[in-house]
Amino acid sequence: MRTRDLTGDNTQVVKVPTTERPRVNQNMKMKISDLEVWYGEKQALHGVSMDVVENEVTALIGPSGCGKSTFLRCLNRMNDLIPDVRIKGEVEFENQNIYAPEVDVVELRSHIGMVFQKPNPFPKSIYDNIAYAPKILGQVRKRTDMEDLVEHSLKRAGLWEEVKDRLQMPGLSLSGGQQQRLCIARAIAVSPSVLLMDEPCSALDPVATATVEQLIDELKENYTIVIVTHNLQQAARVAGYTAFFHLGNIVEYSDTDSLFTHPREKKTEDYITGRYG
Amino acid sequence: MSQGITLAPSRRLKKRYRAEQRFKAYCIAALLLALAFLVVFFSDMIRQGYSAFVQTEIKVDVTYDEDTIKFTNESVTEEVSPLISRAFYRTIPRQVEANPDLMNTTQTRWLTATAHVDQYRKGYSDRLDPELKATLDRLDSEGRVSYGFNSGLFFSGDSKIPSNAGLWSAFVGSFYVMIVVLVVSFPIGVATAIYLEEFAPDNRFTQAIEININNLAAVPSILFGLLGLAIFINFFGVPRSSALAGGLTLSLMTLPVIIISTRAALKAVPQNIRQGAQAVGASRWQAIRDHVLPLSLPGILTGTIIGIAQAIGETAPLLLIGMIAYIPDAPTSMTEAATVLPAQIYTWSGMPEGAYVSLTAAGILVLLSLLITLNATAVILRNRFERRW
Repeated sequence: MRTRDLTGDNTQVVKVPTTERPRVNQNMKMKISDLEVWYGEKQALHGVSMDVVENEVTALIGPSGCGKSTFLRCLNRMNDLIPDVRIKGEVEFENQNIYAPEVDVVELRSHIGMVFQKPNPFPKSIYDNIAYAPKILGQVRKRTDMEDLVEHSLKRAGLWEEVKDRLQMPGLSLSGGQQQRLCIARAIAVSPSVLLMDEPCSALDPVATATVEQLIDELKENYTIVIVTHNLQQAARVAGYTAFFHLGNIVEYSDTDSLFTHPREKKTEDYITGRYG
Repeated sequence: MSQGITLAPSRRLKKRYRAEQRFKAYCIAALLLALAFLVVFFSDMIRQGYSAFVQTEIKVDVTYDEDTIKFTNESVTEEVSPLISRAFYRTIPRQVEANPDLMNTTQTRWLTATAHVDQYRKGYSDRLDPELKATLDRLDSEGRVSYGFNSGLFFSGDSKIPSNAGLWSAFVGSFYVMIVVLVVSFPIGVATAIYLEEFAPDNRFTQAIEININNLAAVPSILFGLLGLAIFINFFGVPRSSALAGGLTLSLMTLPVIIISTRAALKAVPQNIRQGAQAVGASRWQAIRDHVLPLSLPGILTGTIIGIAQAIGETAPLLLIGMIAYIPDAPTSMTEAATVLPAQIYTWSGMPEGAYVSLTAAGILVLLSLLITLNATAVILRNRFERRW
């Protein structure tokens, strides 16, 4: 199938059928081409290609087991931690293939941050949760600088007002939604340019979800965000672009409005109207 | 039309409830049986052992002069002399040496009686010479006989005189052995567990290692004694009977316990803590050092304490490497011949004199309370630092 690339480069054959050409004046932050992933004998991704638009929120949706989380975890090489995993293909970030042998994963992950499904603050104080990564990466050395960074990160994550009087309390003493925002603050403290979020609201109540969604909306000014979600309304609310995954392939990838209002593929329509998934 | 529904239990349901009740009763019966054994064991030990914590003492006048230093049993009157433990007479020259002012004085002292007197007073034996019995009864009526706390049980070493025998050298030996076990098996065990749990690939080789470590925990302890004898004493030339040899041998036994419990503690740390750390750019080792280890430390310490408690109570492997010797004076170094608490109990249990029966029981009580203390520490540690996720 010959289709148009998101960048508008028509000479390239990709497996992404698009219904509408996205705004081409935007830069592409990451370019993924022919990504294949196997867990042991089982293939989880069958040659996925897509580009991630800079300073936008890109949502990955699809039924359970479709490979969207696998795909997300390939973008900062978190899948490397799983034994028996094999990965083929290229993920281009800052003009480098992150799977090239000279790439250091620890360095990579300081540029591409991640927020997990279940809030996982470190069992340390709120302050140390934020300060940990900048400290071990050697980004901040002076104590006063660190205090500024902690304050700044918590403000960006919209948590400062709630915790400024109890920075030495354990991170685990916060509520679920606060913990998740703490994890976001922790992720942005090392100033990454991309944030990956793996169903960040699935363990949160609706009020906390709304807060985190609002935060995501604010963060996209400075960060490129890729978010996996099971919640279609959430994708519609926060994402500028949405990709629909099914059985390890991208079925459809376009701007969110088109995908939800005029899905091009029958499968997409079936999924977003709730016929399966 | 609605059908008639009865909410009263059906016959089938009643049967199910009865089965449940029966099962509960079996479980309670099993528990009571176990408790009964425990109560019988403890009450027997306490009944036999409590009397060893006190000793018969007799109030006598002790004369210190040139003669009594030479013929020490003449320091008290001829009549009382055979009632007093020989252990006291032996100390007279030393007492005078330590305190020359005693020379040519007469002091009134409470002195430890012989084991025969003690056993007679406690009602265990009637084989006391009738003349001595009469003397004792007269002294008793004068208020010159009573029970005193047997501090020698804790503060003197083993002795062939039962009234003088104590656990001190066994305490010191056990302490040295414990230090050796801790220093050897804690770092090796924890490091092994971290490697196996966090770094090792999952392949045939590591699986074989894992199975063998688990098997090692089930090897009869006497075999570790043979191994210790062959390797540490015969091959490396560690002194026989020493706390070092004993500690190294027991380390072999404690290692699998520490490895297994450390692995369990590491496994209990949720995966997302490691991922969270690595996602912000921590290396694998940094994630382990800064997040996983602090979280699993209570579990690791619990396992270590239980492993060490096990090592302290172990006798069989020590018999093979000669830690069953008669040690009247506490060892002053790791390489000197030493004995440990359970070995001391074993030695006493084989002695012919009746007084050693109570000493054996008292030794068991002391060892048990030590082990209970250690295990309670482990439980407290675990409860205090337990985290819920």
